[in-house]
Formats: sequence, C-alpha cells, structure tokens
Amino acid sequence: MLSSQIKSNEIVFGSCNKDLLEEIIFYGIGLGADFVEIFIENTDNSSVLAEEDFITSVSPSFGRGAGIRIFKGKKDGFVSTNDLTKHGLMRSVSQAIEMLDITDNKRELFNGLNKHRDYSLSKKKWINEVPSIHEISEKLLVSTKSLKKNNKIITRKGSYSRNLQEVIIASSDGTYVSDIRLHQTVGLNVIASDAQYRSSGSRRFGSSGMPNEFRLWDHEKAANDVFESSMNMLYADYVDAGQMPVVLANKFGGVIFHEACGHLLETTQIERGTTPFENKLNEKIAHESVTAIDEGISEGSFGSLSVDDEGMEPEKSVLIKDGILKKFISDRAGELRTGHKRTGSGRRQNYSFAAASRMRNTYIAKGEHSKEDLINSISEGLYCKSMGGGSVGATGQFNFAVEEGYLIKNGKLTSPVKGATLIGEAKEVMPKISMCGNDLELAPGFCGSISGSVNVTVGQPHIKVDSITVGGR
Amino acid sequence: MNSREITTQISKTADFLNLKKWDYGASFSNDYSVQVDKGEAKQLKASQKQILTIRVWNQSNLVGITTTSDISESGIKKALKQANIASDFGNKNESTEFSPLAKDPIQVKEVKKRNPVGIKKLLTVLREAEEKLLESHESIKSVPYNGLSESFFERVYANSEGAFRSYSKSQAALYLYARAEEKNKKPRSSGSVKLGYGADDIDIESCIKEASNKTISHLNYSSIKTDKYLICFSPESFLTIINAFSSMFNARSIIDGVSLSNKNSIGEKLSTEALNIYDDGLHEKNISSTPFDGEGTPTKRLCLINRGRIENFIHSESTARIFKTSPTGHAGLGSKVSVSPDWIVVEKSDENFDLKKSLDHSTYEGEFVYIEELNAIHAGVRASQGSFSLPFDGWLYKNGKKISIESATVAGDIKYLLKNIVNIESSHEVTTSGISPHIWVDELSITGDA
Repeated sequence: MLSSQIKSNEIVFGSCNKDLLEEIIFYGIGLGADFVEIFIENTDNSSVLAEEDFITSVSPSFGRGAGIRIFKGKKDGFVSTNDLTKHGLMRSVSQAIEMLDITDNKRELFNGLNKHRDYSLSKKKWINEVPSIHEISEKLLVSTKSLKKNNKIITRKGSYSRNLQEVIIASSDGTYVSDIRLHQTVGLNVIASDAQYRSSGSRRFGSSGMPNEFRLWDHEKAANDVFESSMNMLYADYVDAGQMPVVLANKFGGVIFHEACGHLLETTQIERGTTPFENKLNEKIAHESVTAIDEGISEGSFGSLSVDDEGMEPEKSVLIKDGILKKFISDRAGELRTGHKRTGSGRRQNYSFAAASRMRNTYIAKGEHSKEDLINSISEGLYCKSMGGGSVGATGQFNFAVEEGYLIKNGKLTSPVKGATLIGEAKEVMPKISMCGNDLELAPGFCGSISGSVNVTVGQPHIKVDSITVGGR
Repeated sequence: MNSREITTQISKTADFLNLKKWDYGASFSNDYSVQVDKGEAKQLKASQKQILTIRVWNQSNLVGITTTSDISESGIKKALKQANIASDFGNKNESTEFSPLAKDPIQVKEVKKRNPVGIKKLLTVLREAEEKLLESHESIKSVPYNGLSESFFERVYANSEGAFRSYSKSQAALYLYARAEEKNKKPRSSGSVKLGYGADDIDIESCIKEASNKTISHLNYSSIKTDKYLICFSPESFLTIINAFSSMFNARSIIDGVSLSNKNSIGEKLSTEALNIYDDGLHEKNISSTPFDGEGTPTKRLCLINRGRIENFIHSESTARIFKTSPTGHAGLGSKVSVSPDWIVVEKSDENFDLKKSLDHSTYEGEFVYIEELNAIHAGVRASQGSFSLPFDGWLYKNGKKISIESATVAGDIKYLLKNIVNIESSHEVTTSGISPHIWVDELSITGDA
C-alpha cells in the first residue's frame, strides 16, 4: 500500500492528508464556523556565525505546528498548537469555536477540498542541494578573513541562516495547497576603531528558492564594500541637523518607502483606522514621478512566494501609479473587513501567527534620471548611501538612521557625515519625491509586524526628496 | 511528557547515543489573548507552545546545540543527534561548561499562581476598558492598538550532572494605545501598558487613565527649534537609554568587541557620583522575574554602577571564567550563550552633593524638554559607538507653559549623557522595564521642524 493511501490520525508531511483535513474542517463547520482554515508547517533551519577567524555558533533547529483560524462574521479566533494529531487539531478547532462563543444553528456549506495544488514537487530536492554546514563554515571564514584589511578593523563577523519551511494549507473554501519555501541569508559586519573614533559597516544578502545562491555569493565584493563603508565613516563628523534636500541611494534606501508608506497601504491599517490613505483610492498621494509596486513573483527575491500563507498565488500589485493611489495590500481578513480584494499577501512568520496583509517585494519603479542628475540638482543637502533601520509611529511619523551619509555641496558629494536621522511623515514626504533614478535595485530584509517577522525585499532607484528633516547634533 | 519525564527521556536517549554530557532548557506555555475594535471582538487567540533546546558535549568537549518544538521520543532523539553533529563545529576558541552554580539554591518569590480567567472574561474586560477610554475624551476616536492577554508557563533547566530546576508562573498584560483627532490637526497617539500576575491583578482603571491623559496631553502640539536643551528624562525613557547601552556592562559584548567598555573598565568613572545602577531581576516589583537563567545560574541583585563608577559586569558561565569571576545569572541558552540584563534599578547614591536639586519636573519653572518616551531604539542607537539619535514623545516647558513637541529627535553620546547628569530626583517610579527616578541632563541636541 502506498503511504499516500494510508488513513492517518496524524498529519504526515509528504503524504496525502486530505481525509484528515476534511474531517477537521467538517468538524469546525458543523460547530457553526463560517470559515475554517488550517495552516500546518514543518521547519528545518540552521544558522552559522563566524567571528574573526573562528566559527563560534552553529544552531540547527526544527519544529512543527499548526495554526487554526475560525471566522464567524468579521471576527476570528486563532489557535496554535504543536499537536498535529487528529485529536490535537480537533481540540484546537473546539477551542476556537468556544472562544468565538458560536451558538447559532446556521451551517455553512463545505463541499470538501479541491484538487491538491502541490507547489512542492520540484522543491523536495532542495534540502539536499543547500550547502552543508561544513561548506558554509568554510566560506564564512574566508569572508571574515577578507574583512581583515587593516589594523583598524577590530571586529569581523559573518553570519548565515537557512530556513526551509514545508507548509500545508487547507480551508473550507476548498483550498488545499502544499509548498516548500527556502530562504537563505548571509551578512557581514565590521567595527572599525582608531583612538576615539569608531564606525561600523554591515551588508546583508538574501534569496528565496535558490539552493545554490550562497555558493554564488561574491564574498570578496561584499567584504570590500563593508570595509570601505566603515573606513569612509571612521573619521566622519556628526551631521548638522536641519531641513534639507536628500538623495536616497537605491537598494536598501527603499526601506523608507516600505516603512513609511508601504505599511500604510496594508489593509490591517485600514482595519485599525491608522492610515491617512484610507479614502484616497484613485487620488494623488505622491509626486507624479512615483510609481510603487508590491509583488511576490520576482524569481529568487527574498519576498517572493509560490503561494501565500492563505493558499493564494501572489499577484503583482501596482500600489501607486504616477502618484495616484491604485491599490491596497490585502489578505483574507482584510477583504472581509475592508472590501479590498486579496492580493496574495496573507503572510505570517510561522504557525503561531494568524496571517495578515503584509508586503512582499516592494519598490519604487525606476525613472529616467541618472544618479548624477539627482546629486547635481542639489546645492546643499545630504546623500544617504546606506540606510540603517527605522520605525513608524502610530500616527505615521517615521524615523530612519543613515548608516553612511555624505554632504552634497554645489552638486558634488563632499565629506562623510554620521549620526543623521531622517524624520518625517509619509503623507508629507511622498509628494516631495521629485526625481527617480534609472538604477532600480532590490535588497533583502526582515519586516516585523502584526503577524511576526517575514522575509521581504525593499528597493528603489536613487531618489531625490526635495526637503526632509535631518536629525543630527 | 512533563519536565521530569522529559529529563528522564533525554537521559535515556543520551545514554543510548553514548552522549555523556548534556544539558537542556525548555519552556512550555499556554497563552490567551484578545483584541477588540469599537466593542467588537477582533481577534481571539490561544496557543500551546513547547520549545526544547539541547546542548551536548562531544569527546573533544566541543558543544553542539539544537532547538525543537517536537518533544516526542523521536523528536528528542533527533534533537540529540543533530546537536551531536553540530558539536563537530563547536567553538574551539572558547569553551563552555555547566554553570558552577547550577545546583545552588534559588530564590523563588512567593507569588500565588493565578488560574486562567478565560477568553470570555478577557474579552469583557477589554471591551469595557476600550469603551471607557473612548468615553474619556471627545477627541479620542479609536483605540487602534489594544490587547489583554494571560500566559501560563513553565521554564526548566537540567543537566547530566543532576541539576534540575523548574519554575512555573502566570502573567497577564494589558495595553491600550489611543488615537485622538481634532479638526485641522494631526492625529496624536499615546498609550499605557500594565502587567500583573493574573488578569484580575491588572490595574485596569489606571491603564485607561494613563492612556487617556497621555494622549490628550499631546493634543496641543508645536514643532521645536533645533538647539541644545536642558532635558528631563522620565523614568521610562531613562531606563530605555540604559537598557539600549547595557553592552557597557555586558561581559559578552566586551569579549566580542562591541562594547564601549573593556576588561579593565571596572572602577571606570562613567557618571556623576550621585548615580547608582543595579540589575535586580528578583525585585519584588518585577512581574517578569525568573529565579534562574538559561544555564541554571540563580538570578540575583548586582550593582552595575556604584557612585558613578562601573562596579560589576553581567556574565554567563564562559564569560565569568574568562574574567575569573562567578556567573551572575544573566545567560541565555544558545549555541553562543548570550548575556543580557534582567531589570534595571536606578537610584540616587548618598554622594549627591553636586546635584541641582531645584530641578524637579513638577515644580521647575525654567525652560526644559521633558522626554516621556523614546522610540525606534533599534534604529537610532549605535551601541558599539556610544551614539544615539532617537525620536521621542515629550513636551517643551517654557514660560510656565507646557506644549507637546511635534516630531523631534534627541541625539547625543551615552558617555556624555551620563557625565552631564545634573539632577536625580528623589522619588522613583516603577515601570515595566525597571525602576528609576526622573533624571536631568544638560545640553543635549534636539532636532525639530521649527
């Protein structure tokens, strides 16, 4: 008998779980749920850290669990558990039903699960294709060695992590999907020091669904980039605070759009009433030079997906077209509560979070200007070559650290400056993005929000903001 | 399996795999939480979680580790095998051992473990809290961020030399963040968080009142001119700064070269002699306290700054061995053992003659900026360089008036800040991250829009 024909009382990865999943869903619908969704995952992760010339940490981890979500009207109950037996899953359904206090006799129809959509077929071999711990360690040590370019570098680190996640998603609308996701990320960090001067430099690279990517990673180029950045900033003066025009570099410069505007275009923000763009669909919210996109389909990008965590294939969503707001990023609950159609953006960190509308690969589209055009157009301002992290407050104010910045004087880059922070509000800054470069590039990152930390890509070409508050000393 | 059975299972399996030396940390939790939206239940959540972290030492005394949520017999066996494989890559440059204090007695606070009140009660309480907050002022239009939760968890540490510690407790949390809107003005938001051992212990009324008062107090706002100002840090904001730069007291950070301190910094003068700072995880007001760390070392009160000078560093087993001292109960179990503070207590020392005691946030009539809350810590702090540039919520006090500050950042250097403390007020406040009085600092840079 084939394993797929065995009737199991427990979820078995790699087998057909249709009968068991249908039984669980029937159970929830029978108890009065409007909608039942089951998300099950099995993870196999590992991370490696190299410090100076030693491997100082190797951390494998594995786990499995299920998240069960029940909707009744517009409210939902979510239960997560590590117990993947039939009994454990049914108990979770009962708990969710009880939490929602469902007592009515109205029963939704459940016609069974649709034909299995298995996105994992070509991906099962990935676990054998990713680099071994030994291979990773060797390359990380070579990378940290490459950072040792002079005696001012006092700390060198290289880190790698690999997350392999196998998921099964089934719901009472018939959705029945399996997938395997692979994310790899590698980062380099240095601290440079000379007398009282200190600086740091870091870069992170990441990919999805590409087992060979780490092998192809150009560690020499990365090490040179990080080293140069830390050296350029070592003796930098603190920037003077004030209002000024800035040019934001491509790649991770896109973090500002992600944080300051992208989050405000997620339907979770409409649900909370915390986005100023709620009633601005088809209205101008940005400068006409701005077109912004969120998609999950770019091959290999860190935020790409074959299918989202609610079983929908991701779409390419044009959020802003020539400054006009065109679309919000929506998940199942977002569609239910706000009316905005799902975009394949229901995402979660793992089984212990309910999916929410989240960004994937989000970027400002390229324009027609060169980087030099943007810099030449400024008599006094700031060039933000590398951005650090940032955050957005509950009322939309944002704050971002500039990791590597240079003053612009008379259209030329001059001295490096440190301690700069960009402060503003999306609603006010978006109309001030007056020029977009022709050099769009993406960069990987992690985004923390309501449904945990998810892999994303941010990006943009070089852009010019006519005026923004720069915090400094 | 309960924690004793898990220990037995690990021991049996380790014997079978010929692994002589191992330890593990585990946590088991049941969490329940609710969120509401204008009287309606929004999301109701329950979770059962179990996490097991196993370390094994191979014959070369190198350590490997694995973390899993699968606490079945097969899951434990797989974890031990994986950890054993990982031990081939163990850190040859820095050895790890069991904590020498892993069998010492621990102090467990006598707190009655609460029983779950249940989702329905949590929902009723949060609905009422939201309603009261919305009714507290006409400008408060919504409470977009809210939640009430209760957690019940057990934490365990055991090793192959017979150490076994288990501690279970309950904890509840309420947060209410209100949003106020007035015509032709920007929306303003603020909130409050309260913790308790159980949902019935939380002071809900004070959470509502605090969230309302703080939000309303920001309704009349103005931008501030970029300049240097006399600053009064609220207890919460000062604790935020100290925690952000706790690498100054962290032996792990010192060894890793990411601290402003070095091995010889004990005794170094960091601030005015009027300042004492302790780490006191067992403090009676610390609701989140645990009696032992990830390596089984007992938690204890430790003086970090005494009369302005560094008195102690916080340690794990391996950093303590390198520094030739004892572990302090601040370790987190991991392939590379982390070190972090528990609960910071800031006090005024008896060497406080130089303080400007006329500086009191409730009576001082001169110009100053009051920093209520610092934001975006992960983005604006460069701990290894000592610098910070952080947005904040606060007020400008000028000419006897108080006005909320719109969109500003405070920037500086932690060593400069500590050396320029000009007053430490007498009364202190308990916050979720520690205890501190109001702290006054002269001449810090503020960037505003004006």
